Amino acid sequence: MNCDAMKIVSARAIFRSMMIWICCELAFGQSPLIDFSEESLRHRYEKLILELRCPKCQNQNLADSNSPISVDLRRQIHSLLEEGKGDEEIKDYLVARYSKFILYRPVLDRTTWFLWLAPFILILFASAAALIVQRKHEAGSDDFKVENLPISEQDKDRLNRLLSRKDQTF
Amino acid sequence: MRERALLSFPLIMFILILPFLWSGLGRDPQELPSALIDQPFPDFSLTDLEDAELTRGLDDIKGKVMLVNVWATWCFACSLEHEMLNELASRGVPIVGLNYKDDRRSANRWLTERGNPYSFNIFDQRGSLGMDLGVYGAPETYLIDADSIVRHRRAGVLDKDIWENEFSKRYETLISSSNEL
Repeated sequence: MNCDAMKIVSARAIFRSMMIWICCELAFGQSPLIDFSEESLRHRYEKLILELRCPKCQNQNLADSNSPISVDLRRQIHSLLEEGKGDEEIKDYLVARYSKFILYRPVLDRTTWFLWLAPFILILFASAAALIVQRKHEAGSDDFKVENLPISEQDKDRLNRLLSRKDQTF
Repeated sequence: MRERALLSFPLIMFILILPFLWSGLGRDPQELPSALIDQPFPDFSLTDLEDAELTRGLDDIKGKVMLVNVWATWCFACSLEHEMLNELASRGVPIVGLNYKDDRRSANRWLTERGNPYSFNIFDQRGSLGMDLGVYGAPETYLIDADSIVRHRRAGVLDKDIWENEFSKRYETLISSSNEL
């Protein structure tokens, strides 16, 4: 066997072993670590841990975080789900202990109404501003009418001629 | 003139938001509002740290204004506040320890080595009482009144400043109001 063929063979061997490794990862790496009595509980569990915040690490949800408290909370959520508790009951359980901070999706209440309404208020402001600008543009301000400009009659004529060409491309 | 007013709108908005931004600067983001303030201390039934045969319950912490201190040997910050706890205990402040997710032997060794400021310790190996309290790390300190209602909570090291600024006054008030009864 010459040298080139050896290279090809070893490249193939490396490629093959990598493929096997990737397949193994896909097959075994995803094996569920937590057992649920019903598959529907797993879906609810996964949704809950995405929406609940780790109280210690703060900018991670329970699904992302590996801090001890997140591990405990995930375990607790798991056992509450198995006990047949509803999603709202589980959230209430955690809010009673860790305060509303734990909810990534804050409830609408006395302290959060402004947060919830602010985007709509901003849209209202922005559309009002857009409307005003548009109206002004259509009406045209008197200050910018050609006859009111402080320039000679000759220039006004030239300007009018130029402006009347506005629909042409320059 | 109206154009001016419109143009300065963003600036005015910014000035309005400024106080909120400013107050946010001085805030510790690690400090969470406790859901348990003015709520009764949760019920529990756990063993005593020093005596595994002895069961501790809510009745053991009733009848006196006291501190409940959450600690563990794996918690570095707990070693920082231990001296302060020893000092408070020597001044006669009753402190109950909640040994949180720890190992019984190393916890007892810790107390022999560093001194024991606690009236007794609740051994919460699995963190179940910790979860009911909303503990998310050690150390944490709770001030509870004679009816075992939580009156104040501090997550983090209890040092001299924090005792004087946050606890001392509340503690004295609770003591004097419980003496009146």
